Amino acid sequence: FMQRGLDSQTKKQLEEEEKKIISEEHWYLDVPDLKEKESYIIEERSFLRCEDLVYGRMSFKGFNPEIEKLMIRMNSKCKEEEIEEDDKMEADVSDEEMARRYETLVGTIGKKFLRKRDQRVLKDDDEDDEVEEGNSNTRPSKRAKKMFLKPQD
Amino acid sequence: GGAYWVDSQQKRYVPVKGDHVIGIVTAKAGDVFRLDVGGSEPASLSYLAFEGATKRNRPNVQVGDLIYGQFVVANKDMEPEMVCIDSSGKSSGMGIIGQDGFLFKVSLGLIRKLLAPKCEIIQELSQLYPFELVLGMNGRIWVKAKTVQQTLIIVNILEACEYMTAEQRKQALAKLSGN
Repeated sequence: FMQRGLDSQTKKQLEEEEKKIISEEHWYLDVPDLKEKESYIIEERSFLRCEDLVYGRMSFKGFNPEIEKLMIRMNSKCKEEEIEEDDKMEADVSDEEMARRYETLVGTIGKKFLRKRDQRVLKDDDEDDEVEEGNSNTRPSKRAKKMFLKPQD
Repeated sequence: GGAYWVDSQQKRYVPVKGDHVIGIVTAKAGDVFRLDVGGSEPASLSYLAFEGATKRNRPNVQVGDLIYGQFVVANKDMEPEMVCIDSSGKSSGMGIIGQDGFLFKVSLGLIRKLLAPKCEIIQELSQLYPFELVLGMNGRIWVKAKTVQQTLIIVNILEACEYMTAEQRKQALAKLSGN
């Protein structure tokens, strides 16, 4: 009555034995697994990337004006990179000057975006007291924040 | 930076993606042209791969025309495909090369030399007389000048540049400009 179960059990036993035998027979390396390193080698078949090749279509002495324009355009793309590098090297304006200019710049452009009332107010304040910069900044903003006045019936 | 390449001399061209080449139209097969680029297989070029081409507005390409285009697909498993339009949709010099002119074949090494920035040969030749030049990476050069004689002179110089030294070349050019 336990035949089928027995069969499955014996089958399992047989399988396990077979596996043991097979795995012992398998050759395996005694060396630790070699990790596959990410290859940093990219294969490129075109010479375009290697050398700085010029565009293949050319015209000289005004034979084909369209192609001459094209030459300038194509070759200027390469030169743009050189120009950028030059700018980084020489700074015409020193950093201090830049900082000073920027300070005043922010003020002048900030004024531009104030609403008209604030601008008028700012002008008055500037004329009255130039020393107290903090006050002049806060006063127009307070005045500007006028609450909505309900029309009296 | 960090690129290494092996520079070797060869005459046989192998299609490479992104290379600009001169092809000769050998057949029209429906919507696609077959171009001979000097490789192992003819390349295909769709008629829509030209600037401003639509299904109704087909480019006027005949068998035997010269086309300057670049490869879009070029590997050893597939037939190479070309287009005459760049990634932004503009032709930028590619397309049908006009009438007249002379097409000839040189080795690939010479082409690379000629395409180097500030190539002396090209600079010296440009001083001679006005002419137009198209260099294909497949070893083909197309030259057109005002007269047949001038064209042939340029062709001969370019072909001979392979084996002449710089001095010989300058001598030859000096003789010509003296004429």
